[in-house]
Amino acid sequence: MTTPRPADTPAVPAAARPTEWPLWEVFVRSRRGLSHTHAGSLHAPDAAMALRNARDLYTRRSEGVSIWVVPSTQVTASSPDEKDAFFEPAGDKPYRHPTFYEIPDGVQHL
Amino acid sequence: MTTIAPEEPALEAVFDATVAADERIEPRDWMPDAYRSTLVRQIAQHAHSEIIGMQPEANWITRAPSLRRKAILMAKVQDEAGHGLYLYSAAETLGTSRDELLDKLHTGRQKYSSIFNYPTLTWADVGAIGWLVDGAAITNQVPLCRCSYGPYARAMVRICKEESFHQRQGYELLMALSRGTEAQHAMAQDAVNRWWWPSLMMFGPPDDESAHSAQSMAWKIKRHSNDELRQRFVDICVPQAEALGLTLPDPDLTWNEERGHFDFGPIDWAEFWDVLKGNGPCNEQRISRRRRAHEDGAWVREAAAAHAAKHGKADR
Ligand SMILES: [Fe+2]
Ligand SMILES: [Fe+2]
Repeated sequence: MTTPRPADTPAVPAAARPTEWPLWEVFVRSRRGLSHTHAGSLHAPDAAMALRNARDLYTRRSEGVSIWVVPSTQVTASSPDEKDAFFEPAGDKPYRHPTFYEIPDGVQHL
Repeated sequence: MTTIAPEEPALEAVFDATVAADERIEPRDWMPDAYRSTLVRQIAQHAHSEIIGMQPEANWITRAPSLRRKAILMAKVQDEAGHGLYLYSAAETLGTSRDELLDKLHTGRQKYSSIFNYPTLTWADVGAIGWLVDGAAITNQVPLCRCSYGPYARAMVRICKEESFHQRQGYELLMALSRGTEAQHAMAQDAVNRWWWPSLMMFGPPDDESAHSAQSMAWKIKRHSNDELRQRFVDICVPQAEALGLTLPDPDLTWNEERGHFDFGPIDWAEFWDVLKGNGPCNEQRISRRRRAHEDGAWVREAAAAHAAKHGKADR
């Protein structure tokens, strides 16, 4: 159902690259009132450096007011192969959308 | 990296349909091995170009003629480092690693754009690079924002947003020189004379000699042919040069009413292949400086890793 490997992480085992700093996913809140969105990824030895690198890499033009960094290995992603089956429960429920319902013309505030 | 499963034909059909529908392929989707390796080669070469491309311009940071120009040039060179990092990240989603990519650059197994093997002889070269080299790069890169591979397309969107300042600062710089003293004007003209033809070569060999073009177009990695983009660039540049009060070093450059495009003279492809083979003026210097910078930085990487291990902040 789910795999403990994030959507955008390479399949190279960590042991194959022992000197490389770990990979972090970067999420940026562009301004107050908006949620953090994925900006990209970067390498850093630890969380503090990941934050500093993320600031230099993804907010050089004031693109953010807040940054999250998450070790890429900590992201659990749904598998694209199971796309249809996994999301199928929502597929046959159009009655979850307001447009499903017929309301006579002239009825207001509904 | 690709898992060869018994249902491969079905997976390939899904891949083909996704590309045909102009949707994006994402990292963990099944993709043909050749699609993956083509992307790794192209994105890596692109990333290496951004990183190597910092050198010719960095050459002038300490000698910029004003604080304003120095701050601008530092910001531009820093952007190019950022572009390299966006692109390395995109390449890594295909299953390669940062160390492997850098190693291939340092050992000459992966290439970078030939344009960066030319020297920056005067301050005007900084202007010519911004206007022409970044300009050609933008012409190449805008269509890549719609590339079929999601992470590459997203990196290109960021990069294209940032490139536009690069081109404008170069143009403004040349404008200042062109309207300056006679010597300054001559310096600007000389820089344009030297960078014009190499910039046209940035679009790659002519369509009938381009090894990977047809397949890349079919996969929607590429959206326009080399010659198409080169023509687009020439058409854009001619009026811009006129506004600068500078000429482009091509006696055959004439408006062709019938085609609706500018005709231009033959490109010296022998020079292009020669520089690509390693015989350009700066090939040796660029790569040895890059290697040295990497080696000189080793202790910093090791110290940071040791610090992280000691304080357990990396969590692994
Ligand atoms: Fe760039
Ligand atoms: Fe640039």
